[in-house]
Amino acid sequence: MRLLKTFFLSLFTSLVSGQINISGTVLGYSNDRKEIPLSDVNIIWLNSTVGTSTNNAGEFSIPFKKEYGKIVISYVGYQSDTIVANRPNLGKIWLRPDKELEEVTVQKKLNPIQKSLFNIQNVVTVDSREMLKAACCNLSESFETNPSVDVNISDAITGAKQIQMLGLNSPYLLFTQENMPFIRGASQIYGMSFIPGSWVESIQITKGSGSVLNGFESISGQINSELVKPLTDKKLFLNAYANNYERFEINTRYNYKFSENIGTGVYLHANLRNGTIDKNSDSFLDTPLSKQINFMNRWQFLDPKKGWISFLNFQYLLDEKQIGQEDFNPKRDKFTNNNWGSEVNTDRLDVSAKLGYVFPELPYQSFGLQTAFSNHAQNSYYGFNHYDVQHQSFYSNFLFNSIIGSTQHKFKTGLSYTYDSFDESVNSEDMDRSDNSVGGFFEYTYDNLEKLSFVAGIRIDSHNRLNTFITPRLHLRYALWKQSSLRFSIGRGKRAANIFAENQQMFASSRSINIINNSGNIYTLQPEIAWNYGVGFIQKLYINNRSFDFSIDFNRIVFKDQVLIDWENPREISFYNLTGKSFSNSLQIDVNYEIIQNLDIRATYKNYNVELDYNSGSKTKPLQSKHRFFVNLNYETLKKYREGQWRMDLTVNWQGRQRLPNTSENPAPYRLPTSSDAYSIVNGQLTRVLNEKFEIYLGGENITNTTQKIAILGAEDPFGPYFDSTLLYKPVLGHTYYLGFRYKL
Amino acid sequence: MINTNNSFKALIVTLLLFIGFNLNAQDKNKKISFYVKGNCEMCKSRIEKASLKLKGVKYVSWNIQSKELNLIMDENKCKVIDIKKTIAAVGHDTDETVADLKIYEALPECCKYRDPNSIHMDHGKSH
Repeated sequence: MRLLKTFFLSLFTSLVSGQINISGTVLGYSNDRKEIPLSDVNIIWLNSTVGTSTNNAGEFSIPFKKEYGKIVISYVGYQSDTIVANRPNLGKIWLRPDKELEEVTVQKKLNPIQKSLFNIQNVVTVDSREMLKAACCNLSESFETNPSVDVNISDAITGAKQIQMLGLNSPYLLFTQENMPFIRGASQIYGMSFIPGSWVESIQITKGSGSVLNGFESISGQINSELVKPLTDKKLFLNAYANNYERFEINTRYNYKFSENIGTGVYLHANLRNGTIDKNSDSFLDTPLSKQINFMNRWQFLDPKKGWISFLNFQYLLDEKQIGQEDFNPKRDKFTNNNWGSEVNTDRLDVSAKLGYVFPELPYQSFGLQTAFSNHAQNSYYGFNHYDVQHQSFYSNFLFNSIIGSTQHKFKTGLSYTYDSFDESVNSEDMDRSDNSVGGFFEYTYDNLEKLSFVAGIRIDSHNRLNTFITPRLHLRYALWKQSSLRFSIGRGKRAANIFAENQQMFASSRSINIINNSGNIYTLQPEIAWNYGVGFIQKLYINNRSFDFSIDFNRIVFKDQVLIDWENPREISFYNLTGKSFSNSLQIDVNYEIIQNLDIRATYKNYNVELDYNSGSKTKPLQSKHRFFVNLNYETLKKYREGQWRMDLTVNWQGRQRLPNTSENPAPYRLPTSSDAYSIVNGQLTRVLNEKFEIYLGGENITNTTQKIAILGAEDPFGPYFDSTLLYKPVLGHTYYLGFRYKL
Repeated sequence: MINTNNSFKALIVTLLLFIGFNLNAQDKNKKISFYVKGNCEMCKSRIEKASLKLKGVKYVSWNIQSKELNLIMDENKCKVIDIKKTIAAVGHDTDETVADLKIYEALPECCKYRDPNSIHMDHGKSH
């Protein structure tokens, strides 16, 4: 009823006084879902005894009283409703039957992207409704309607999508799945496509270094995805998707509850990209040929009386990609000069277990144990470049939560252990290594219950390659005035750059790989260390009774040490440690507003200034726009009881000029300008909800067909010295249309 | 129950090499509950904040539907009646204390729980 209420609140904020009658019609639903007028419904001014009742047609008219603002409508067998009487004709008012309470969730419509006012860290929560706004076949695609994260395509060949935050690429982000590190090491580039969008229940995006609980690696931020859970998920979910480039996807989820306390879910995802697409006629596929089977079985156990909770997950994934020239036939052409081609085959096993205990007598005290094991094996070649990596990882974390004196002072403390073994071979040169680290952490949260709260965390880790070091992090929130928050954050992050796994696109070029030895023990390089400083302000308001959010965030990341990826010589790619300065300044301004009933706008401006001191001098980061605009419009028709609904979504992403890496040493035909043009990408989707079980969606991506004319340098001679698919600043694939349905029980 | 609990905690304390935290003897974690009148989220926040600020109160949770306030307190540091007085001082009646009319009248409209109609008001969480 909130929806209706807002509807009536709409245009008139001031009222004319005097003898005015407020009228309206009260309706209900008959068993065959037809509207029926309700007679003899009680209409009463709130906090008064002044009232009337409806006639046989369900109509009523009541003299307006200035001293009362709201009308209470009540009828036996129906839920009462309170409506602000701010215009003479309130129109149709639907009452909901009492007995339907369980079926209908009566709640205020929350924006599917929520910026919290109260969270101490700068967290944006994205719920599953947001993932219905785009095709969102996998995690990397689910950020396309979200301005906090930039989605870029890493190169012209692999089709892998890169996530950026605060002007840094995804390796500087810590990805977690249900708070356990997930896309790390060898899975850094393709890992985002290994989490099907329909398995995701919600995503939490933290800007700034984040909490110390999940490790020391996060530098720009943390992205956590929560998957659907057997005890709370729908019993059955079925989704199928197809696009005009012969990409097909199927997603199923089935959950079985043995009792209220124990449940299991079997989730299956499969996709196939079968279309041989070369719209730009450069003889190279615009999108990979690929197949993936992704299977998960999870178990949830819950005993609220004794305080135990547990999860057990098994996931197995098989992914095969073929990329390169259209005529490439792996059997015939592999490692020959016939055609340039590549295959990337991955199989991955994930097993994880979680156990949590909340002390029944002390609800603020709990402990948890998380363990995860994964085996990620990628076998691949790109032309003549051969790259294999097997990454085995074990992670465990023990956490204890309690208070000091009262819940105003909370703390979390614990120990973690991580083991990673990389069995890596680059053009048959062995790069094997194994890493292990043990760490302890302590995080204190203070809340003065009024304006100030902060989280101060520290961890100490001993790592066989990064040595022993301290990671301090602080996040602070201060409420300046009503409905506003000011946030500060500061934190340190440190990591070992997996230069090959993270930059695999370089293999799809004729560039030679050059690592400048710095007597370190990670590919002879030293670890990366950075500090992230952030300040942000958010204000929530009601303008014309509709919620309005405004926020502004500024972050500065300063690298103390970094492994630079230098693309500035078109013949080679160099990796070397930073000798000068490297920083990233980013500013983001967001506005969210419901313009008219059920039409929401989300608009964002982002400004990036990312500068690095290369050996050839200080330059801005290549393939990075200084300015970006983002606008998302979302419209939903009024959700009527037991009836269908339309949902529409439109996103425009504008990217300013990007500096392109230096190609001046190439012969004229293989040179690029010093910077790219600005362009915009338009995506849209229309969803028809037929009933609570079934919906169909139709969408278009890159509707304006914005593509890079020459996506690959030297495409006509892929074995020649000028072949380079890494200089991509615009999409390769033109407009794409898709159709899908979702069925849930 | 109490014993297993304590041995659990003892185990954890050792595990984490925790020094200096005196984890509950029973009277230090006294669990009590009583009724507090109120209506909405705003009331909840007011009631919980007031009680939690008292020395010795470790944890509070007021249930909007049942009007029940659950709390954990250190009996050595405060008395239940003091908590009830504190709650009345911010405008909410409890089973033993009654708020001053003046304080009560100053509450926002939607929190005036003594008026039965106030429950019908819009208690938007945004207050």
